[in-house]
Amino acid sequence: MRPLLGYGERLWTPLALCLLLAAIVAAASFGSAGTQRIVTDALIKLVVVVGTYIFVGNSGVLSFGHIGFMGIGAYVAAWLTIPPETKSFLLPKLPGLLAATEWPASLAAVAAGAAAALFAFIVGLPLMRLSGISASIGTFAVLAVVNAVLSNWTSMTGGQGSLYGLPSYTNLPVATAWAMLAIVIAWIYQRTAYGFRLRSTREDETAAKAAGVDVHRERLIAFVLSAFFVGVSGALYAHFLGVVIAKEFYLKLTFMSIAMLVIGGLTSLSGAVLGVVVVSSLGELLREVERGANLGFLTIPARPGLQEVVLAAALLLILIFRPRGLTAGRELPPPRRWMARRLYRHRDPVPAHPSKADIHGSSA
Amino acid sequence: MSEALQYLLDAINVGGLYALMALGIGLIFGIMRLINFAHGELVMAGAYAMWLLIDLPGPLVIIFAIAAVMLLALAVERAAFRPLREATPATLLVASFAVSYFLQNLTVMLFGARPKPFAFAAQLADNLLIGGFRVPALQIVSLVLIIAALLILILLLKRTAIGVQLRAAAQDPTAARLSGVRVNRVIGFAFAVSGALAWIVSLIYAAQIGQLSPNMGVRPVVIGFVATILGGLGSLSGAALGGFVVGAIAVGLEAVLASDLRPFKEAFLFGLVLFVLLLRPQGIVATAALRERV
Repeated sequence: MRPLLGYGERLWTPLALCLLLAAIVAAASFGSAGTQRIVTDALIKLVVVVGTYIFVGNSGVLSFGHIGFMGIGAYVAAWLTIPPETKSFLLPKLPGLLAATEWPASLAAVAAGAAAALFAFIVGLPLMRLSGISASIGTFAVLAVVNAVLSNWTSMTGGQGSLYGLPSYTNLPVATAWAMLAIVIAWIYQRTAYGFRLRSTREDETAAKAAGVDVHRERLIAFVLSAFFVGVSGALYAHFLGVVIAKEFYLKLTFMSIAMLVIGGLTSLSGAVLGVVVVSSLGELLREVERGANLGFLTIPARPGLQEVVLAAALLLILIFRPRGLTAGRELPPPRRWMARRLYRHRDPVPAHPSKADIHGSSA
Repeated sequence: MSEALQYLLDAINVGGLYALMALGIGLIFGIMRLINFAHGELVMAGAYAMWLLIDLPGPLVIIFAIAAVMLLALAVERAAFRPLREATPATLLVASFAVSYFLQNLTVMLFGARPKPFAFAAQLADNLLIGGFRVPALQIVSLVLIIAALLILILLLKRTAIGVQLRAAAQDPTAARLSGVRVNRVIGFAFAVSGALAWIVSLIYAAQIGQLSPNMGVRPVVIGFVATILGGLGSLSGAALGGFVVGAIAVGLEAVLASDLRPFKEAFLFGLVLFVLLLRPQGIVATAALRERV
């Protein structure tokens, strides 16, 4: 029997990741409005990346299509929350039911996730039969189709133009809450039998099939769950910017999210979170340099594009020198204190020298 | 009649451009399972090279621009793809995305993000009178270039030692290596050839759209990618065929679709990719390249 510490260890990863976020957010909440916006933006990306991770990390199938789900989420949020009078001249041809509604933004975010999940289910039904590079190409095709439709379906999306007038819903606390929820659900999923079965197909598809795992079904479940969070992130992003433009949800964000996932480590939740934190911090640092800086003795001229160049180079270096990412696919190890106590208990169920536990335990 | 002829000419021109793109992508995929998204940036680099060298005499511009694109292709192979040769196709795809993003934004850093007018070979915009038809010079030139490039490529692959080695390495890398094919040389050769193909596309494409910008390579590479999949990944004749098929479909859709559906042309093309992947994943011309090995 090792219930308590067992749970403690099992809860450690999501707890630690949420604490990390809480610390960052707490620090940011004392900062300027600009700082808060930067952190909010990073938290929305965290929902994207953790959402993508649920499928990509557990299945090992690289998806280039998830930003399409984000786009769908953003437009669903726009349809549901833009005030009817604004909608009537932005999208005069919107069907009556949508044209008249005005949902609260939080509910619309859930609906956005649900819509993305439904779409993922429909395309995933055939798509999840593909494996390896064919599956990646297929998801890319989905992204391209979604983008082409969103940027040309004038009556529903306003085409190349932008939809505006979304109420601002996404602030620091809201983004934090969704980011933490995504982390917790991703963790729960990967610890259930579903998660383990999908992970077994990642390690060896043939062996998993031989052991009776229904690869198609397991992938589809993860695909739908993952699309839900990415769809929500689309709504969060829409309510963050207040504007929805189709071309936002294409290659640049796709590249950004994949870079974050790969840099952190594709196969662990900690990697996904760490990737977002590292890349966002790096990006912010470089944005300062990009603007041009005066170090007193040295003036660095403004260099637009620098941020992207460094990100791309960092991604390449990681792929070449640390292909499993910064975390090497591992989760955060529990703190040493707990480890020591556990080892101790295993050796001796009834501690003969209680003081020993103190030496190993509370002093750290 | 003349309308049908015009469609045919359009289809060959559009399709030929896609075929050149698809061949550049297919060549590299066949030999190292790399879907090279950065191929589009080779096209972009070709256009920028011609823009930079505009003051030199025409033939020199062409020679230097080809050399520049080929060198860039070789440099990319050496710096990014050679260290990853043992990686999975998905990793290679991410790497090529990174290279593409890197080159695009390096161009932004060096020359700015704003599009620039493409002034090289401005005569291409003139109209020629042939048999009573007014034909844009660009169409004739691109037709000649496309046919010449395809012929030279076929000769190169079928009649030269390195070409035969390349096809052997594409078919079975291990067996080729065991029979003494030097992998680095062959892969370098493939990248150089793909660079030369990219330059031809950059000349025709930049003249068509009349300008150059850091992200100008994205559209051609995406369409070339569709063509490669339709034709069958890993098959060169399939890639060329796929290019012409996509060209014919694109021109056909333009003619057939109602005007309010025309913007969805790309959605139809990618929908087709999905269908091909699901129903005939080997493409028009099947090879062993896509089969997943246990």
